[in-house]
Formats: sequence, structure tokens, C-alpha cells
Amino acid sequence: MHPPSSMTPVAPQPDAATAPIAPRSFDQVIASYQPVIGLETHIELGTRTKMFCGCAAAFGDEPNTNICPVCLGLPGALPVANAAAVESAILIGLALNCSIASWCRFARKNYFYPDMPKNFQISQYDEPLCFDGWLDVRLPGDSVDIDGNVEQPSSVRIEIERVHMEEDTGKSLHVGGATGRIHGATHSLVDYNRAGIPLVEIVTKPITGTGERAPEVARAYATQLRDVIRALGVSDVRMEQGSMRCDVNTSLQPIGASEWGTRTETKNVNSLRSVERAVRSEMCRQAGVLDAGIRIVQETRHFHEDTGQTTSGRSKEEATDYRYFPEPDLVPLAPETAWVDSLRERLPELSAEKLARLQTEWGLTDKDMAAVLGAGAVQLIAATIAAGATAEVARKWWLGELARRANADGVELEGLAITPKQVAEVQQLVDRGSLNDKLARQAIEGVLAGEGEPGQVVAARGLEVVSDTDTLGAAVDAAIAANAEVAQKVRDGKVAAAGALVGAVMKTTKGQADAQTVCTLILERLSAS
Amino acid sequence: MSTITRDEVAHLAHLARLAVTDDELDTFAVQLDVILSSVASIADVAADDILPTTHAVPLTNVLRADEPGTSLNRDTVLLAAPAAEGGRFRVPRILDAQE
Repeated sequence: MHPPSSMTPVAPQPDAATAPIAPRSFDQVIASYQPVIGLETHIELGTRTKMFCGCAAAFGDEPNTNICPVCLGLPGALPVANAAAVESAILIGLALNCSIASWCRFARKNYFYPDMPKNFQISQYDEPLCFDGWLDVRLPGDSVDIDGNVEQPSSVRIEIERVHMEEDTGKSLHVGGATGRIHGATHSLVDYNRAGIPLVEIVTKPITGTGERAPEVARAYATQLRDVIRALGVSDVRMEQGSMRCDVNTSLQPIGASEWGTRTETKNVNSLRSVERAVRSEMCRQAGVLDAGIRIVQETRHFHEDTGQTTSGRSKEEATDYRYFPEPDLVPLAPETAWVDSLRERLPELSAEKLARLQTEWGLTDKDMAAVLGAGAVQLIAATIAAGATAEVARKWWLGELARRANADGVELEGLAITPKQVAEVQQLVDRGSLNDKLARQAIEGVLAGEGEPGQVVAARGLEVVSDTDTLGAAVDAAIAANAEVAQKVRDGKVAAAGALVGAVMKTTKGQADAQTVCTLILERLSAS
Repeated sequence: MSTITRDEVAHLAHLARLAVTDDELDTFAVQLDVILSSVASIADVAADDILPTTHAVPLTNVLRADEPGTSLNRDTVLLAAPAAEGGRFRVPRILDAQE
């Protein structure tokens, strides 16, 4: 219901109430407060054309090449709704277990801002297309309670308030300021290619009672919502490209209090990981403010990816008076039951059932499956298996080495510069005995560094496993000579001591020796002598 | 019916980005009041059995297929803009200096 942050002038607010106050630690927040969160998610639909005109709905085209009288708001131009966009919105509503309105209207949301040339945005107001739904969100159960019991994976039902349709806004480029920001800019340049692209906004009801898991719940919801919409095929739902945008509402209720606290709305949250970080940091900030005896201002805040903190935007109390009224240029939407039913039949296997099937196929425990969901790795693992890897191996790579890399780089798994096919190829080299685990990790590293396909990386870096017994024999002899005491222990029957010799050979061969061959050679030599 | 106040006129003028003088606030308050009370007289004839009309034509589901149409030529469009730069519409500073 609320516009993207760019829509309403953002007046800098003196952040006096927050700047000098240190945030609380997360544990301190949880000791005194119960968080209430809510998410408003905008999804850009993947239709060929815009919501109300035939201009291409494309990403990355030359500025102002996909514009026409309708999306420019030229006098006399009349919008006509895109049937595919309406169907996509209904599909999303059905997938989220919503009721579909039998009759609803579009509304004009009036505001002055150059990102909409009409001076209003066509949206929906009190008559959303879809309403009263829910999404069951699975949480990983990895925390351990005080008795040492591992908490079991659990499921939280997120209630969906509404799913409605609207049009996206243009993109502004601010010129003359220090960092391309609106503050201090001398003028702005506007590209209307995005203006009029169909958007669906999904609004949750307030989510209560999740306590310390609130940040995790927010991320799990956004992840699962993305997966559901991707499965529907109605959007590419890429947060880094802006085709999925999450605004996160957060408030704190003192434990024992009967009323909720004042909420803030955090925008500019551009990754699933940041959804979790934004809730966490806003909870800590609000607790610091409240503990200092200062009230929370109802306002829009902006999340900063680099610092993980939010800063104040405009104060909502003074800014919102959109004077919504029914859009006179469009007739109402009245989806007949037969139409909705035919769309229902088009729904792909829905999330919960599909996940249950995959979990069985992949042989995962509930806990493993929850970890896969939490990492947003379902599609990646499925694609890796499709490219020839086993389920176990695909899961190992994406949740192990690759998850570590993504985390270190601060990106989502799918943002890594490696495809499921390339992961499967590396694994095939392991299975063939050409690479061991250590070399495979180096091959992955090379692919991530842009050195080419796995085969090219292996060739260029000389990563092949050495199992040639002549070459290895020399290294084994050298290791035995250099570690006479260890060698004697092995001769005396302490076979386990051979591990140290294998390690020595690995070191001289830079990890490229085939460990099994080395071990055999050592035992041959030491039992024969 | 309620009378529209000067403050309401000033608020509406601000929302509509209209510069209205002090004298005009009084003038428009009176004029808007006449308009509102004229429209309000509809309430005298509207009964429960008359549904609100939001559109002149009783149609629903007027939709178009998701097929590309023709977009305008950018250079032609930008000729009609007060200012352009780098293929984009150039607009004045968005935030006031004091904001």
C-alpha cells in the first residue's frame, strides 16, 4: 500500500533522537521486549508488456525507449489492464491461499513526484484483488536449549492481509550531489521505461509471538515467498535487480504491556540476508531509544547494506495524504468463478507438497531440509542434481563451501559466479578420481574467480590428482627418510602412524597426491623392509 | 452540511501544489462549500435501493492481451519535454533547499 521510497520526497530528518543513543544488544532486546513485524513485498511481474499499455516491460533497455502516451500520462490517453498481469496476480493470491475478490476496482493514489509523470499511481486501495491468505514458513531448528536439546525445525503460519495490483514508477538519477543521492542534487534525470510495469504488492498481517526468531522468520518468509512466486513462473523475483523488494515493519512491545509499540518501516532492503539484518538492527535500535525514555517516531527508515544499520527517512505523520479515489479510466475487475478455477488448475505443485516430495527424494532429515530452505538453495540443488550430481553431493557443495563463500562475500547463493552445471562438473572430476576434495575446492575457487569452466581451471592451475606410482614413490621415499621415527612406528605395527607420512607427502606434492595411492605405497615399503 | 474551512483549503492547495493567496483562501472556501453542498443534495434522493455508481458504463473485465504495441520515438518525446539530458527527462531539484 505504501509507495517505494522514491515516490514521496524524502526530507532529511534530524536524527537527534537516535544518533547519540547506542543500540541494545539483541539479547537485551529479547529480555525486555516482544517484537511485532510485518512485511510488504513488491513483485515486478514478468509480463511482456506494461500493466496498462503495450510498451515492453524490459529491464536494462536504453532509457525512455519503452514509453507511450499511456505510461507518460499524455492528455487523452486511456489505460487498459493487461490480462496476463491480472492472471499472474490471481495466481499469486491462490498460491498464498487467498480469497479472490469477486469485484474490485483500481484506485488513483495522488502525489507529486517526477517518477510518475501522471502525478498519480494506479493502485488498489480498499478493494484488493486477493485477501485473507496464509503461507506456512519452515524454520531451521538449529538452536540448542539450556538442557542441551536441539530445537526441532518448526513452522510458522504467516497470515497474508492482501495481494493487490499496481504499476511501477520511473527511475531517477540525481545529479550534482556528492554520491548520486537526492540530497544536495542540483537536478534529476528520469527514465520512464519502468513506469507502468505491473507490480503485485503482498502485505502480511502483523506477525507476533516469534520473539528472538523474528529476524529469522522475516527472512524465511521472504525466501519462501520468492520460491513460491518463482515456481509460479510469473516473475524472476531477483532482489538485486529490484524485481522483488521487501519493506520491513518493526515495532517493540515491552513484555507485559498490552499495546503494541510504534512501528517503523524499513526500505531499501535488497537481499534476503538483509531482511534478517534489517529486523535485527531495527529491534536493537528501537530498544536503545525506548530504554532511554524516548518515544519511537513512526517513520520510514533506510537500510544501508554496508553498515547493516537504518537511518531516518521522512516522518510519515506529516507526509501521507494520497487522496485515493476510484480510477475513472478503468472499469472494475470481476473475476468469474470459472476463470479463477481454471487458474487454480494451472497452479504448479504447491510449495509444501513439492518440498515434501523433494525432501523424500533427496533423503534429507527435517533439519537438513530446513537448512536448505533457509539458505534459499532448493532450486540450486535441484538444478545441480539435474546436471548429474547426487543429492548428497549437491547439498554438500551448496550448503558447505559455496555457502561459506556467499556469506563471506555478502551475497545470496544464486549471486555467486558459478552455475549448478559447473558444480556438477567439478563433482564429476572428483568422481572420476581426477580431483580430490581439496583440489575440487580450488577448482570451485577458480570458477568463482572467473577463470573459466571447471575443466579450464583444472588445466590452467594444474590441479589434476597425481596417482602415478613412480612420481609418488619418490615423494614417499623422501617422506620416510625425513621421518625415520614415524616410519619405525609403522614398521612396529602402528599403522595409524602412517597418517603423518601421508600428510608429509601431501605437503610436498601441494595436496595433489592421491591419498589412497600414497597410503598403499607407504605400507608396501614399510612392511617389506 | 459542514462548512469548509480556510485551513482545509490551504491543505488542499498544498497537496495540489497550488499557490493560493490569503484572500483566495476565503474566496475558495465559500466556492468549494457551494460545490460540496450542491453535490450533497444527491443524498436527498439516494435511497438504499440505489447502488452507488462509480462508472458511467456498467462494464467489467475490459482487458487486453499481453502483446507488445508501438512505443514512441524517444527523440520526438523528449522534444516535448521542458528539458532533457542523456536521453532522460531533466527535472528541477526535487527537494527544496531547506528540506
